[in-house]
Amino acid sequence: MTPKPKLSCRNVWKLYGANAASLLQRSANPTEQDIRSAGVIGAVRNANIEIAEGEIFVIMGLSGSGKSTLVRCLSRLIEPTGGEVLFDGIDLLRASDAELIEIRRHKMGMVFQHFALLPHLTVLQNVMFPLTIQAVPKPDAESKAREVVELVGLEGREDNYPRELSGGQQQRVGIARSLVTEPDIWFLDEPFSALDPLIRREMQDEFLRLQERLHKTIVFITHDFEEAVRLADRIAIMKDGEVIQIATPEQLVMNPATDYVAEFTHHIPRSKVLTVGGVMSGELRGEGDPIPLNAKVSDVAEQIIAADAPLPVSDGAGQVVGSIDRKAVARVLFGKGDRA
Amino acid sequence: MIGLTRKQTVILGLVIFTILLGYFGRDLSKTLDARWLTKFPSAWVIPFKTYISSAMAWLIEDAAVGPVSFTDVTRTIAWVIEQPYNLVLSLLADGFARGQGNDAQVLLPAISWIVVTTAVVALGQYCRDWGLAILVGACFLYLAIFGQWDSAMVTLASVLIAVPIGAGGGLMLGILAYRHPVFERIISPILDLMQTIPIFAYLVPILFMFGFGPISALVATIIYATPPMVRITTLSLKAVDPEILDFGRMAGSTKRQLMWRILVPSARHSLMVGVNQVIMLTLNMVIIASMIGAGGLGFDVLAALRRLDIGAGFEAGIAIVVLAIAVDRLSQAFAERMGQVHKPAAGPWVHRHRRTTLVLILLVLTWVLGQFSPLLLEYPESQTITTGAFWDDTVEYLNVNYFDTFEAIKVFFLNWFMIPIKKVLLGIPWLWAIAMLTLLGWHAGGWRLALLCCGMASLILLSGLWAKAMVTVYLCGASVILATLIGVPMGVLAALNKRAGTVINLLIDTLQTLPSFVYLIPVVMLFRVGDFTALIAIVLYALAPAVRYAAHGVRSVSEDLIEAGLVSGCTPGQLLRHIRLPMALPEILLGINQTIMLALSMLVITALVGTRDLGQEVYIALTKADTGRGLVAGLSIAFIAIIADRLINAGARQARIRFGLES
Ligand SMILES: Nc1ncnc2c1ncn2[C@@H]1O[C@H](COP(=O)(O)OP(=O)(O)OP(=O)(O)O)[C@@H](O)[C@H]1O
Ligand SMILES: [Mg+2]
Repeated sequence: MTPKPKLSCRNVWKLYGANAASLLQRSANPTEQDIRSAGVIGAVRNANIEIAEGEIFVIMGLSGSGKSTLVRCLSRLIEPTGGEVLFDGIDLLRASDAELIEIRRHKMGMVFQHFALLPHLTVLQNVMFPLTIQAVPKPDAESKAREVVELVGLEGREDNYPRELSGGQQQRVGIARSLVTEPDIWFLDEPFSALDPLIRREMQDEFLRLQERLHKTIVFITHDFEEAVRLADRIAIMKDGEVIQIATPEQLVMNPATDYVAEFTHHIPRSKVLTVGGVMSGELRGEGDPIPLNAKVSDVAEQIIAADAPLPVSDGAGQVVGSIDRKAVARVLFGKGDRA
Repeated sequence: MIGLTRKQTVILGLVIFTILLGYFGRDLSKTLDARWLTKFPSAWVIPFKTYISSAMAWLIEDAAVGPVSFTDVTRTIAWVIEQPYNLVLSLLADGFARGQGNDAQVLLPAISWIVVTTAVVALGQYCRDWGLAILVGACFLYLAIFGQWDSAMVTLASVLIAVPIGAGGGLMLGILAYRHPVFERIISPILDLMQTIPIFAYLVPILFMFGFGPISALVATIIYATPPMVRITTLSLKAVDPEILDFGRMAGSTKRQLMWRILVPSARHSLMVGVNQVIMLTLNMVIIASMIGAGGLGFDVLAALRRLDIGAGFEAGIAIVVLAIAVDRLSQAFAERMGQVHKPAAGPWVHRHRRTTLVLILLVLTWVLGQFSPLLLEYPESQTITTGAFWDDTVEYLNVNYFDTFEAIKVFFLNWFMIPIKKVLLGIPWLWAIAMLTLLGWHAGGWRLALLCCGMASLILLSGLWAKAMVTVYLCGASVILATLIGVPMGVLAALNKRAGTVINLLIDTLQTLPSFVYLIPVVMLFRVGDFTALIAIVLYALAPAVRYAAHGVRSVSEDLIEAGLVSGCTPGQLLRHIRLPMALPEILLGINQTIMLALSMLVITALVGTRDLGQEVYIALTKADTGRGLVAGLSIAFIAIIADRLINAGARQARIRFGLES
């Protein structure tokens, strides 16, 4: 992980209710009991997160666990009740309205669950919108917009209105619009939850393809653990407003911090989470084409099972670092619990 | 009397005692030699109206902030409205002329009827289809052929001025209320009050400030038509998807960009509904506004009504309806069109705006060729058709042949329904009446409501309008009883039977598009002036909400309950009596509440046919431009409306709580 955090938050609280502010003034760290007896709702409780540059950071949790609230605190769409949000070293919560507008115009992009497209504008006008309000000259804005429309594969639909598009296409517009200002950080609040499963998969692939080209710092929200695992570098799991674990998908499956996390990871096929590197043996043996260290077991399982002998495993530089055989794969596919 | 609780017995006893007391009240007070029991002594009256009149006089003559006097403000407002109004009026009706009176030199005549009709046809076709185009075209042709063109254009001119000002002003106030909750909290009760005070009450002060004439009429119309737009604006801005709001902020919009480029366009669909409301209310005001100086169709109706010239009144009345239909349909289609997706056409301007081009060419052609053939400018008078004689003959025929029948109906209703109610209400000693009202308020909604009832009723009493208020309650009450007896069953029927529902809906829709005055004309024709005529006109006008709410209430009874009833073996009749009606009761009560409000707002109009209630008081004040008298009577009507509204709402709430629909 790159050491320099792009976006981080410390002790962020968001409490809803009449006595929210006074409660936090009385004690910096109120317990669940305190919160309940004060009659307030703890939408986000004491969140501490560091997101590194170029990372895909997924926030995961059930409905109502506070994901949207947290991400809106990070972009200061919602004013946190307490805490600190640092973006490129600037304290967002101290920024003036004008500064905030500047930061949002140039450095932040956001994609919404229900697309939030403006119904009275065409696809092209929607995508251009963030530039239009910055008073970018129209020809520049338009050529930039056409570029991102092409990037998300919507060329030819520029003059359609949102309601003439399918859900998947609408979200492509939403994605194009959030990218048109070339933001540093990209927030996506359940961007694919309103789409049906097939389209969702397609969009996830599309998203990974885009990220390969753009290398944004990404905060991605989802309530779907499978989606989280497919996309994430790291996952934060939230429950009742609290962040209970932040880890890589593999670590989550291997070392769940609580029973709640274990319960979550239980249903996901382990072969989709675990990488070859996590289950290989250190012996340098085997022959044939080496398998990459960071491949998911499910993607290479067939190849390994089909081979009679163990296969070598190589790291990113092409150096063989270990080997893997059928038994290891079988344990992942059919085994329970403990690691190889 | 089985199974009455003690409380119910007490209530029943009180009701019966009150009725008896009212019935014999007059005689009782005479025999006791205590007339003050039923008739509030005039020595005790507080002269509110004199206070108000002198306050108004001070406002107009002396009030000033620094060098700017109150009259300067009203003059400026008048000037601002007058400029566009004169322009539109010249275009549509008067033409442009230099000089005055007889030696005026016509520079440019008004737009020809051919061009206006073509323009609305083109607009209809643009907004929806040829069907609509033909409908609105036919409406405008009707106006030309039946000789109502000139008046209709004067009316149209005032609509074209009042609607943008009302809609635009409403939008601004609505936005302000959306942005500043404090402002919303201030303006909300004012809007409430404005919707309960009958329009007539504020006609008087407006007349006082702006003088008799079209500007006063426009100001009154705008004040009347704006409140719903404010409400709808605030509501629809609040209803914009929060994600869209978040997007706007994330994109880095300034506050102004957020409002005008994101919120307002996103809410434009509901906003157009508000504009449509403004249009309908403006048309509703047409006749009333003519009382303080609007010309056009409204003036024609009013003048005919005063002359009791049924034929002419009917014709002008129908012309208003025709105009209302055309404008209403057009504006609705326009609203729909705004909400739709449409591709901008390519090509040069003329190509993209074919309809506009056509109309413009026609306009120039008629202006040029009109120099030679006046037919192109004005529909020839010799070709107009008048139905006035026909209506007169019809009424004559009906009156000659069916006089006895009509008379019998009228006498029956008067003797057995209206006069007894009137006698009871006028006979109840005022002390007792206020005490009962307070008790009722306390029973329905606690001490706050009790205080409100007592206070408002006492104010009416102290202003010396008790008897007239009782006549108002009687007229309004009798009408509401009748409207409920007719409307609720109709609503229930509409909800239960699909075919009946269609017919009833059509009927109610029609009744609601008619301007309130129009009801008066046919009824006067058949029953002549008097309380009974007023009763029928009010019932017709106020029927709609009773039907609508009852139908909605019955329809929205939960399916589970109906199924539970069916499973327990209810017959359809039992289902209605034991499940549907009781569950729909809160809705039905709210419908009756609306009916009362409409009935009260109709009262002043029925004053034209000689009722002797608060409505008449306002009407007289209007003709005499007596501000204090008009406001006091208007406020008394508003007090009655507020008392009724709060009592019924409290009752409906109790019913809902009883059924577990609300906690
Ligand atoms: N304006 C508000 N006032 C009071 N409570 C709120 C408000 N907004 C959110 N909450 C509460 O905060 C909690 C977290 O809400 P949030 O929208 O962040 O959940 P979420 O994880 O995004 O859920 P979902 O998956 O449904 O989007 C919920 O319990 C919600 O009821
Ligand atoms: Mg959410």
